[in-house]
Amino acid sequence: MLDSNKDALKLEAMKRIVAMIARGKNASDLFPAVVKNVACKNIEVKKLVYVYLVRYAEEQQDLALLSISTFQRGLKDPNQLIRASALRVLSSIRVTIIVPIMMLAIKEAASDMSPYVRKTAAHAIPKLYSLDPEQKDQLIEVIEKLLADKTTLVAGSVVMAFEEVCPERIDLIHKNYRKLCNLLIDVEEWGQVVIINMLTRYARTQFLNPNINDEDEEKEKQAEVSALAKRKPYVMDPDHRLLLRNTKPLLQSRNAAVVMAVAQLYFHLAPKAEVGVIAKALVRLLRSHSEVQFVVLQNVATMTIKRRGMFEPYLKSFYIRSTDPTQIKILKLEVLTNLANETNISTILREFQTYIKSMDKDFVAATIQAIGRCATNIGEVRDTCLNGLVQLLSNRDELVVAESVVVIKKLLQMQPEKHSDIIKHMAKLTDNIQVPMARASILWLIGEYCEHVPKIAPDVLRKMAKSFTNEEDIVKLQIINLAAKLYLTNSKQTKLLTQYVLNLAKYDQNYDIRDRARFIRQLIVPTEKSGALSKYAKKLFLALKPAPVLESPFKDRDHFQLGSLSHLLNAKAGGYQELPDWPESAPDPSVRNVEVKESVRAVGTVTYRDTGAPRAQQTEGSRGCSFPRAVFNSCGPARVCPVNTFPTNRHSSAPPLILISASSEPDTGSGSESVSVSVESGSPSDSEESEESSESDEDEEEEEKEKKKKKKEIKARSKPDVSFQTIAPSSALKNYELLHRITGEGLSVEYCFSRQAFSPDANMVAVQMHFTNNATSDTKNLHIEDVKLQSGMRVKEFAEIELLPAGEATTAVMGVDFCDSTQAANFQLCTHTRKFFVSIQPPVGELMRPVFLTENEFKKEQSQLMGMNEISENLTLDAKCRNEHAIVQRVTTAANLSRVPCGSDKECRFAGKTVTSGSLVLATVATKDEGAAQLTVNCEKMVIGTMLVKDLLLALTQ
Amino acid sequence: MIHSLFLVNASGDIFLEKHWKSVVSRSVCDYFFEAQERATEPENVPPVISTPHHYLISVLRHRIYFVAVIQSEVPPLFVIEFLHRVVDTFQDYFGVCTEAAIKDNVVVVYELLEEMLDNGFPLATESNILKELIKPPTILRTMVNTITGSTNVGEQLPTGQLSVVPWRRTGVKYTNNEAYFDVVEEIDAIIDKSGSTITAEIQGVIDACVKLTGMPDLTLSFMNPRLLDDVSFHPCVRFKRWEAERILSFIPPDGNFRLLSYHVSSQNLVAIPVYVKHNITFREGSSQGRFDLTLGPKQTMGKAVEAVLVSSQLPRGVLNANLNPSQGTYTFDPVTKLLTWDVGKINPQKLPSLKGTMSLQAGASKPDENPTINIQLKIQQMAISGLKVNRLDMYGEKYKPFKGIKYMTKAGKFQVRT
Repeated sequence: MLDSNKDALKLEAMKRIVAMIARGKNASDLFPAVVKNVACKNIEVKKLVYVYLVRYAEEQQDLALLSISTFQRGLKDPNQLIRASALRVLSSIRVTIIVPIMMLAIKEAASDMSPYVRKTAAHAIPKLYSLDPEQKDQLIEVIEKLLADKTTLVAGSVVMAFEEVCPERIDLIHKNYRKLCNLLIDVEEWGQVVIINMLTRYARTQFLNPNINDEDEEKEKQAEVSALAKRKPYVMDPDHRLLLRNTKPLLQSRNAAVVMAVAQLYFHLAPKAEVGVIAKALVRLLRSHSEVQFVVLQNVATMTIKRRGMFEPYLKSFYIRSTDPTQIKILKLEVLTNLANETNISTILREFQTYIKSMDKDFVAATIQAIGRCATNIGEVRDTCLNGLVQLLSNRDELVVAESVVVIKKLLQMQPEKHSDIIKHMAKLTDNIQVPMARASILWLIGEYCEHVPKIAPDVLRKMAKSFTNEEDIVKLQIINLAAKLYLTNSKQTKLLTQYVLNLAKYDQNYDIRDRARFIRQLIVPTEKSGALSKYAKKLFLALKPAPVLESPFKDRDHFQLGSLSHLLNAKAGGYQELPDWPESAPDPSVRNVEVKESVRAVGTVTYRDTGAPRAQQTEGSRGCSFPRAVFNSCGPARVCPVNTFPTNRHSSAPPLILISASSEPDTGSGSESVSVSVESGSPSDSEESEESSESDEDEEEEEKEKKKKKKEIKARSKPDVSFQTIAPSSALKNYELLHRITGEGLSVEYCFSRQAFSPDANMVAVQMHFTNNATSDTKNLHIEDVKLQSGMRVKEFAEIELLPAGEATTAVMGVDFCDSTQAANFQLCTHTRKFFVSIQPPVGELMRPVFLTENEFKKEQSQLMGMNEISENLTLDAKCRNEHAIVQRVTTAANLSRVPCGSDKECRFAGKTVTSGSLVLATVATKDEGAAQLTVNCEKMVIGTMLVKDLLLALTQ
Repeated sequence: MIHSLFLVNASGDIFLEKHWKSVVSRSVCDYFFEAQERATEPENVPPVISTPHHYLISVLRHRIYFVAVIQSEVPPLFVIEFLHRVVDTFQDYFGVCTEAAIKDNVVVVYELLEEMLDNGFPLATESNILKELIKPPTILRTMVNTITGSTNVGEQLPTGQLSVVPWRRTGVKYTNNEAYFDVVEEIDAIIDKSGSTITAEIQGVIDACVKLTGMPDLTLSFMNPRLLDDVSFHPCVRFKRWEAERILSFIPPDGNFRLLSYHVSSQNLVAIPVYVKHNITFREGSSQGRFDLTLGPKQTMGKAVEAVLVSSQLPRGVLNANLNPSQGTYTFDPVTKLLTWDVGKINPQKLPSLKGTMSLQAGASKPDENPTINIQLKIQQMAISGLKVNRLDMYGEKYKPFKGIKYMTKAGKFQVRT
C-alpha cells in the first residue's frame, strides 16, 4: 500500500504501522518502504512517516540518510513552521554521521528570525549533545547566543538546554539574569519550572544568605565570641529581591510543578520572615490528584522539620480522611507529628485517637508510631500517650498490639525507673492478652527491667512456666530469656523455676527452642566445663540497651533541593546538581549589569505577550532595578512633538464637537499643517466660548510649535548626514533596523515612524523606510511581497524602487494599518536577486495620533473613561526628568500624543487617539514632591492603555 | 526529561508505548508490576519508583496507569503534572479516557504525544493549540474522512504557537456569541461523632465555556472578592489587576476551560448543609448489629438538597445488611463491604432514614472499628460561601455577547465519623 500513489492508501498503511509501533511490535522491516514517503505532500502521511523515522532511524542508519536531504530542504523553507518541524525531526534522528549537518542546522536556526524556530533550535541542542558530547564547546556558543534572546518563547527551552549541556557554566547567566527574572511570568509554565530551578542554584552562588544574622544568633548561644565578630548588617542584593518578587505571583499558577518550584525557591533563598507565603499555596495543592499530594506532602514534611511555624495555621488541612490512600495517610501523619507542639498536642492526640479505630491497619500502626514520637518530643503528654498505648494492648489486631508494644518499649527505655507501674500493669495484662507478639514483648520488657519490678517478675515467670507448653514459639523463646535474666539477678527465687523451664524447653518440638535452652543453660548455669563465658553472662544479658531514637525519616533531607527527584527518593539521582552553599562574601554584583544598547533592533525580537495579555508585572519588575527591559526606551535623541495632524472628525459623543480641518502649511513644506477650527455645537452659547478657548489654545500651540520647529531645525542641522528631503522630522525620530547590512548582502534598511498622516489611508501608520545600498553592485526592483499579517491588518506598499545604485541611499514611505495592536507586520523585501524576511513591529506609542483637546474637554473625556479604562501607576521620576519640559519631551518621544494645556503646573496632560479605531488616549503625569509622580492613562482600549503606561513609565524613570 | 511513556491497564498489560529518545525496553515496567503487586489497593502504588537505571513516575487515572520513564534528575511534580495534562487532553479529545478509546484512536494519541513533547520536554500542551494541530475525532468527521479520504491533521499550520496570546487561536468566529460561567463550590468537611465540625473548608472553581468571536477582553468582578483566600488562575488572567482591584481581567481561551480555582479560608464559618443522626452498634456476643441513619437539612438557605448519596465502608466482619430505607434505594456489596444509599432529594418534612440490622460473621467478636460515612450532595443555584459575581464586561469587540452564570454547591470530601 505504501507504494501506491493514492494518499488515502498510504495513510491507511502508515496508520497501521504506527499502531504496531504503539503496541511495541517491531516494524523495522518496513523501513525502506516508509522512508520513500518522507517527501510525501500529504501532511498527515508526512507526520506519521516522521514518527516512524524517529523511532527506527537509530537501527537503520544507512537508510535513514536517504531522508536527510528532505529535511535540509525543509530548513530553507519560507514558512517558519516547516523550518521548525524539519529541524525537529532532523535533530531527533539519532544517527552519528549527520552530527555536522545538525550542528550547522542548529547554528543557522539559532539566528533565525522566527522565535519559534529559535525555540526549536534550543530544543535540538540537548539532542545533539546526547548524540555527540564532543560538540559541547560549539553548543555552548549557541546556548550563549540564545540566552541573550529576549523572547519568552525561547527562554524556557534554552535554559533547559543549558541545564542539560553545561549547568556548571553559571557565568553565562550573569548578563541574562535580570532579563530572565523579568520575562519569567510570561514564559510558558514548563519553562518556568526549569528557569526557577536554575535561578535557585544561581542565586545560591551569587547572593549572601539572607538568614545569616539569624543563624549567627543561634550560633551565638553556643559560641558567643565567634558570632559577634562575624555579624555584619545584611543588605539584600537588589537582584536577589528582584528574583523573589518576580517569582511570587507564580505561586498562583494552576500548574503544581510551578508552585512547587517557587516554593522551593523561597524555602532555599528567602529570608525567614518571608518563607511563610508559600504555605498557603502548598496547602492548596493538597486538593489535587493523589500523586501530586504525595510529592507535596513529602516536601512539606521536610519543611515542617525546619520551619514548623509556617504550616501551623494549616494544621487542620492535614487531617486524614478515611478515603485517602494509605501512602497519603502516612505522609499526613508525618506532617501532623512534625507540627505537634505543646499547644496543639491535645487536638492532635484526639485526632490520633480516631485514627486508631481505622480499618486500615498499616495506617493504625503508623499512627501508633506517631503517638510514640509525639510522646518523646513533648514531655508533658508522655504519660497520657503511654496510658493510651497501654490500652491499645488489648486490641485484637496483632499488628496494632505489636506496634504499641514496640512503641511502649521504646518509650519505657527512655525512663524505665519512672514507669515501673506501667511495667506492672503490662505484667497483669499477660493473663488477658492472647496475641503472642504482645506477650513476647511484655516478657522481654519484664526481663529487661526486672530490677524495677523485683516482686512481680518471678511471679510472671511462674505463671509462664505453668503455661509454657501451650505457648507459641516466640513466647517460649522470651520465657527462656526472662528466666535467664531472672536467674542472673535473682537466682535465689528463680533457680528452680529456671531449671524447670529449661527442662521443658529441652524437650520442645521446635529445634530453635531446644537450641536456645541448651545454649542458655551452658551460659548461665555454672559448671566445671563452662569457663570464661559464664562470668560475662550478666553482661551479655543485661547490658544497657540504648534507647531507640524516634525521629522523623525526613530529618536531614533538606540538603537535597526541595521538589527534586533526589529529595523524594532521599538518594542522589543521576544528573542531580547539588545546591551550593551560600558564599561567604557576595561575588561582584556588577557582572549582571547590561549596557544599554543605543541602536535598537526591532527584527521581531520582542513579542509583547502583553499586547494580548498585559499581565503588567513587568512594570513592577522594572521599577526596582535599572534593567532596560523594553527596547523602545527613551534613550534615543529627543524628538520634538509635531503638533500637526489633527483628526478630521471625532466621535460625536461629547458636545461641543470640534471639526478640525487641516491644510498644508507652505513654510515648512514638510507635512506640518496649519489648523483651522470650526465648532459645531448643540448650544450656541457654548460654542462661542469653546471656540474662543480653543483658538487661544491653538495660538499657544502654534507658538510652541514654532519654537519646537526651530529646535528641530537645529537638531537636523547638527546631523547633516541624515537625508530629510522627503520628510523633515525623521532626523529626530528613532530609527529601527529592518535589515542589517550583512544579512542584506550590502543592502541595509532602517525604518522609523514618521508620525505623519499617511495620505492614501487615514487609518494607516506611516512608516518611513530608508534604504542604503552598501554593496558594490546596483540593486534593482526593490519591492514588497508576500505580506503576512494578523487578521484585520493591512499594508499599503511603497512604490517599487527600480534602481538603487551602489553606495546610494533613498527613502520610501509605506502605510501599515496595525489594527491598534503591536503585532508585527511580516513581509518579504525583494530585490531582483534576493528575498529577505523582515518584520515591522510598532511600539504602542506609535499607534496613535495626537488630538487637540482643551482642558475642559480633557476633563470631560477623562471622567467618561474612568474605572476599568483608567490605569494609574506611581513612579519616581528620573533625576534628569524632573521639570515640566523634560517630562513633556519624554512622553511625546515615547508616544505620539499632543500636549493639552493645563492650569496647574503640577500636571502635564496629553491626548491622542488610536490610528485605526480612533479611541481616545488620555495621559496625565501629576508630579509630587521629590520626583514622585503619578501616571494615569485613560483609554477605552485597555490593552493599549496598559502597554502605554508601561512604555511611559519606562520613558519617565530612565 | 521524559524518556518514554507506557500505558498499563488494570490487568497489568502494556497497551501503548511511546519513546521520545532512544527506545527503553518495556521490561523496565517489571519493577512497576512488582510494586503494584505489593500494594494492596491500586492507588497505593508509589508514584515514584527507583530502578537501577531509570526512575518510573506513574499516575493512575481512570484505572489506567500512565508510567513515565525518567533517566536523570527532574522535578517529580513536573512529570506528574504533565501526565495529568496528557490525560486531560485525551479526555478532551475522546470524551472518555479508557483503554478502548485510546486503542481506537491510537494514531491520534500518537500524534498528540508527538506534539506534546519534544525530546522529553513539553512543547504544546494548550488544548487550543493542539486542536488546531490535530482535530479531535468526531463521528461525523470519521465518516467524512472514510468517504473523502481527508485527514484529521490540520491542513493549515497553526499560528497559535506564534501568537502573542498562546492560549487563544486567531480568527475565531461564532454566530451566537455566548459566555457561560459555572461557579462550583465543594465543601470538604470532617464531622465528628457528636456532630460537631472538626474541619470544614470550601474549595471552589469557576469553569467557563466561552464561545466568542475575535479577541474579546473580558472582565469579571465579584460582589465580595475578599472572601477568596487563596486563588490559582488560568494563565490568561492578569495577575496584577487581581492584586490591585480584585477584578478578573483576561482574554479567554476558546471553549471550555477552568478560569480560577479558589479556597475560602477555614477561618470563616462554613455552613454545613446537612446533618446526620447515626447509631451504628455491634453487640458483644450476638451476631447482629444495629444500623440507624437519618439525614436532615441544616443550613441550606432555603434551597433544596439534591442528589444525596451516602456511602460507608462497613467493617470486614459484616456479612450482610438488612436495611429499610424510607426513600431511595440502597445496595450492599458483600465483597467490598461497601454500603451505598442513593437518597435523592431531602424533603425537610419527611426526613430520609435508613434503618435495619447487619448480620455479622458468627462467632467473630465485635468489630472495634467504626465506619465513616461519606456524603455526596448537590445544591443548585447557590454558592455556599456566598460568593457572587457582580458583572461581566467585554471589551475589544463590538457585538453583544450572551452571558450566563450558574452557581452550584457540592459536597467534596464530606465525611462523618461515627
